[in-house]
Amino acid sequence: MANRRLAPASEQPAAFAFSSENADWAKGQIDKYPEGRQASAVIPLLWKAQEQNGGWLPQKAIEAVADELGMPHIRVLEVATFYTMFALEPVGKFWIQLCGTVPCDSCGARELKDYLHHRLGAPGHVSADGNFSWLEVECLGACCNAPMAQINQDYYEDLTPDLLGKLMDDLAAGRPVKIGSQVGRTSSEPLGGADTLTDATLFDGSRVGAWRKRFEKDEENEAGKEEAASSEQRAASDPKPARPDAGRAAERPVTDAPAQRAAAGETPVKPSDKDDAADRTESTAQPNTPAPAAPETIAKAEAAGAEAGTQSALPRNEPPPQPTNSGASADAAAPASAPHPSDPKKGN
Amino acid sequence: MTKIVVDGTEVDVPAEYTLLQACEAAGAEIPRFCFHERLSIAGNCRMCLVELKGAPKPVASCAYAVKDCRPGPNGEPPEVLTRSGTTKKAREGVMEFLLINHPLDCPICDQGGHCDLQDQAMAYGVDSTRYGENKRAVEEKYIGPLVRTAMNRCIHCTRCVRFLAEVAGVPDLGAIGRGEDMEITSYLESAMGSELQGNVADLCPVGALVHKPQSYEVRPWELSKTESVDVMDAVGCAIRVDARGREVMQIEPRVHEGINEEWISDKTRHAVDGLRTQRLDRPYLRENGRLRPASWGEAFSAIAAKVKGTDPKRIGAVVGDLAGVEEIYALKALMTSLGVTSLDCRQAGEAIDPAWGRAAYTLGTGIAGIEEADAILLVGTNPRLEASLLNVRIRKRWRMGPLAVGLIGEPADLTYPHVYLGAGPETLADLASGQHSFAEALKAANRPLIIVGTGALARPDGAAILAAAAKLARDIGAVTPEWSGFGVLQTAAARVGALDLGFVPREGGHDFAGIAAAGALDVVFNLGADEVEIGPGAFVVYQGTHGDRGATRADVILPGAAYTEKSATYVNLEGRVQTTNRAGFPPGDAREDWAILRALSDVLGKRLPFDSLSALRRALYAEHPHFAALDTIAPSDAVATVETLSGLGGEPTRTAFVAAVPDFYLSNAIARASRVLAECSSLARVRGLEAAE
Repeated sequence: MANRRLAPASEQPAAFAFSSENADWAKGQIDKYPEGRQASAVIPLLWKAQEQNGGWLPQKAIEAVADELGMPHIRVLEVATFYTMFALEPVGKFWIQLCGTVPCDSCGARELKDYLHHRLGAPGHVSADGNFSWLEVECLGACCNAPMAQINQDYYEDLTPDLLGKLMDDLAAGRPVKIGSQVGRTSSEPLGGADTLTDATLFDGSRVGAWRKRFEKDEENEAGKEEAASSEQRAASDPKPARPDAGRAAERPVTDAPAQRAAAGETPVKPSDKDDAADRTESTAQPNTPAPAAPETIAKAEAAGAEAGTQSALPRNEPPPQPTNSGASADAAAPASAPHPSDPKKGN
Repeated sequence: MTKIVVDGTEVDVPAEYTLLQACEAAGAEIPRFCFHERLSIAGNCRMCLVELKGAPKPVASCAYAVKDCRPGPNGEPPEVLTRSGTTKKAREGVMEFLLINHPLDCPICDQGGHCDLQDQAMAYGVDSTRYGENKRAVEEKYIGPLVRTAMNRCIHCTRCVRFLAEVAGVPDLGAIGRGEDMEITSYLESAMGSELQGNVADLCPVGALVHKPQSYEVRPWELSKTESVDVMDAVGCAIRVDARGREVMQIEPRVHEGINEEWISDKTRHAVDGLRTQRLDRPYLRENGRLRPASWGEAFSAIAAKVKGTDPKRIGAVVGDLAGVEEIYALKALMTSLGVTSLDCRQAGEAIDPAWGRAAYTLGTGIAGIEEADAILLVGTNPRLEASLLNVRIRKRWRMGPLAVGLIGEPADLTYPHVYLGAGPETLADLASGQHSFAEALKAANRPLIIVGTGALARPDGAAILAAAAKLARDIGAVTPEWSGFGVLQTAAARVGALDLGFVPREGGHDFAGIAAAGALDVVFNLGADEVEIGPGAFVVYQGTHGDRGATRADVILPGAAYTEKSATYVNLEGRVQTTNRAGFPPGDAREDWAILRALSDVLGKRLPFDSLSALRRALYAEHPHFAALDTIAPSDAVATVETLSGLGGEPTRTAFVAAVPDFYLSNAIARASRVLAECSSLARVRGLEAAE
């Protein structure tokens, strides 16, 4: 975005006044706001003024809106220069606002920009035939269908230089064009077509009451074996603790960390895990700072290290030397001797 | 009151305080750019970030209220850390961002040496930049003859925008564009229309807005600073006069909560160049119709020769708008000893008699008292031009809560909404008889205030108008022992002091118009009265500072000292006694005014009984004790005065009120000598014409 200035005086119309229809509309907008807050209607009014003036805002329109709302002129100029949706200089019959923000940019907006540069020249200029002018703007909120551009009032999405070129040709020739995605997707569904909620039974009504049928089937099977007690009777004879997960399948905690095992009175490290661990004798890494939750293991590890003749004699308060060979990283090697208590991978 | 811990110190502050205020209460310094005590909170510079315990990120302390802080887990008071590592890092980060686009042109920047950014970059910044890209470049803007822009330096604090919109009430500046491209400008680069626009350059924390007239002229460290009082209007703003050597370079505001808060008008600030030009630096004597330079002795003997052969009844003395109390006192003492009865200080011809009481010519509520008024009636005055800082106070009052303001006189843009009631005295009569709807607002008000301007008094029926206004004030209960809601808005700095001294015609004496009338008197002493031409016939002794209208008419010119060149007492429109201080010496042979009169009295054989300023002041204080109490307003019995005034009677005419100050920028000799104010004046005239179209 560059500095936004009003159009040169030579292009400014001598006067601006809302048409009677638009003036009524403006009055309706202003009436939406309580007394003393008429300035709130500044954006709708500017928009209408821009629409009436062929897509851009002249100085006189800014002043007219300011006078209508009782605002100082500079306050309306602030609004008009803040938003790129207000064009301050004349625009083409089709005003292309190309989104250049990150999602569109990473999906190819740069090629579109190059294309527009090539076809129309620098942004902010009306093409010779008066049909087009273009501007790079910030996010227009259609990132799911990036890259996209807004042409006059409508969004055109999933653009490529070819598609944009064709679109522009069609617009220029007055042929009907398709609004929205240019590659045929509906709204913002995935590019290759919908891949969720694809089951036809979701939509044909066959699922209605399906859960009930399943329960009825189960009940038939149960009834065949023994006299079914009512659910209340069953609940009374077999109470369940009132926990959030009451009635669900019993599961082990997701993590099986050494700390949990220690808390449960088991050895922090399973013997089977030890067998899987890397061979310490081949490790050049120093044991990490000992984890306080597993003192037993550290003692063992140190003893093992001393036996193996590794550099455990180094002072504790010095940082351990970094591994030199690329094969074993410090992270991979260290837990073998001093498993980190919160590392769930090693427990399983 | 809420407890809060700042850097380990627990302080008890009102809950509505911001963290910044709480930190200051605890003695911690918080850097800031956009925050200003007298403006709304913007919170956009982020320099005031502090660490608030429990908050996930540093918070902008200027925009975070103490009452919004959550207590600690066990109910401990919230804790703010202004010296922690997080705070330091946050400040360094903000400073680095601010400096990304700020040019390194401090050596040629007028703000250098008194620049907030410079100081805070030293205190809170880091010593290098990591920014290798091109810096932003912004076009310079024209925003008027008083403020020069260097927009590359702007850090978008929006203090200037907020000042003009909130305090000045003339929202001329705005910020166009957004983000990096945001630019401060006026609408299409037109000149700002506020009479307070110079303050935006004071407010600018960087060198983006600087004073145009003294740009590239001064450095703050080469100036000697003298605290003084302004005399451009009767408000008596607190100012600081900055001089380099013997030349006054600039005038800056001082904080005075009772008068000007921390603003001054452009006339106060930029009359500086008027102090250098058109100065009278030696005595002059008219010979054969032409003024020629003379020595003091020649001038004095010419006066003595003239006075000796003249009947005291044919001698008169007038005092202008800029004279200090000391010289008026000396002049009065000299004239009294000569037996002169024709004395007057009411240059504009105001119908004011000091015998009515002090409340008849001062503003009893004081300027700060305006904030307590709930309905204000302005009669024949445009306070925006006659007393800009008083108008700022009325606007401040209007911003604080609903305020009914009615105006009788010339229609004017006062910067706040008001009811225009009418143009002349008949509207006052309508109001008194309750025919106007504004009368209800005045009656319903608990503390109504009626301000009568000089424009309503400086006319033949002035006394009748004053009486009518006083009667209205009495009838609506505006004046009680607790609230004196009736006052007169003076426009001249010298006036209240001169009226306090009783510098008005004594028995059988002429008033100002009588003295000035052609052929009325033989000798006239003119102490700086430049706005009224003294008619032909009289031998005029003009004592003043500038070669203005008074000097042109004079037969003898005695060069005096301007307000920055002497220690003089002035009484402002509230009745507050203040003194100026000497920032430099008068040019050439010019002398302090009291000393000239003392020397002249010797030649006239009526030696005044004081040889020094302190001796003069001792005599003055013995006679008028209230002048000894500096910066205080002597109490006056407003109830009795209003009672007296209501009894004056008289029938006002139907002539509409006219402005007491026709041209704000050129209202006295010093201002008329200023090139800068002349430019402002012509711009204002063009603007007036445009508005009239």
